[in-house]
Amino acid sequence: MDGPNVAWYIAIAAVLFGIGALGVLIRRNTLVVLLSLELMLNAGNLALIALSRHWHNGAGQIFALTVMAVAASEVCVGLGLVVALNRRNLSLDVDTLSELRG
Amino acid sequence: MIVASAGNVLVWIVWFAAAFACVGSAVAVISFSNPFFSALALIGNLGSLAVMYLLLAAEFVAAAQVLVYAGAVVVMFLFVIAYVGPRRETPWSGGPSWQTFAAVAAAGALLVEIVVAVGMQASGSLSHRSSVGADFGTPAWIGRVFLVDHLLAFEITSVVLLIAAVGGVILGSHTRRATT
Repeated sequence: MDGPNVAWYIAIAAVLFGIGALGVLIRRNTLVVLLSLELMLNAGNLALIALSRHWHNGAGQIFALTVMAVAASEVCVGLGLVVALNRRNLSLDVDTLSELRG
Repeated sequence: MIVASAGNVLVWIVWFAAAFACVGSAVAVISFSNPFFSALALIGNLGSLAVMYLLLAAEFVAAAQVLVYAGAVVVMFLFVIAYVGPRRETPWSGGPSWQTFAAVAAAGALLVEIVVAVGMQASGSLSHRSSVGADFGTPAWIGRVFLVDHLLAFEITSVVLLIAAVGGVILGSHTRRATT
């Protein structure tokens, strides 16, 4: 079963990473910035899995699963921060959250 | 031979459908003004990525992707978006500011940098085709590799998840309010 070779998957991963980086840079809502971070992490996962199959090396898939766990942790802490900000009636705009004092 | 080429065409069709869905939903995630729709578009992105993982012989990772991301992470996002309430923000409103220009330029530079770096590092070695065995990516194989060869990574992952859960509880607890 030979479909597209690994370079096609790497290209999609690069495009996804670029879109995620653009989302992190242009969006001001904290929640959408977190969603764009998920896009970037998934682009990394796609590249890891594509190269894992290409080099016939299982470490890439293991690393992708570890990245998934780290992404889940990051969402847990990030959404905890969003809820804490909302409870203090602070804005969720990342431009107004430029200092760490509440 | 005919069967093989028909399967080949089918793989290409599935790949193109997944790739277009992937890029399209990624653009939708960053361009919807309502974060609720962004989170729903992320589900489409994760689903199409799971299809790509299946094409790459990573069945267990595809299943884990759907379970962990679409099943847990996005649902948590949707709960928090519903809790916070609708806060609309239009990403391209007010015409192109210098900030938007700089953001687009920076993201484009990052993309060009990735392409150049990958192309220079592995220009010839990515074109050859490799075949994998039938058990590559199956849950039994993943379990053997994860729990025998990469046991330390497995344990560290569990500690990271525990720390994140404790941090989430501390961030969300009411006692922090009294200290300020």
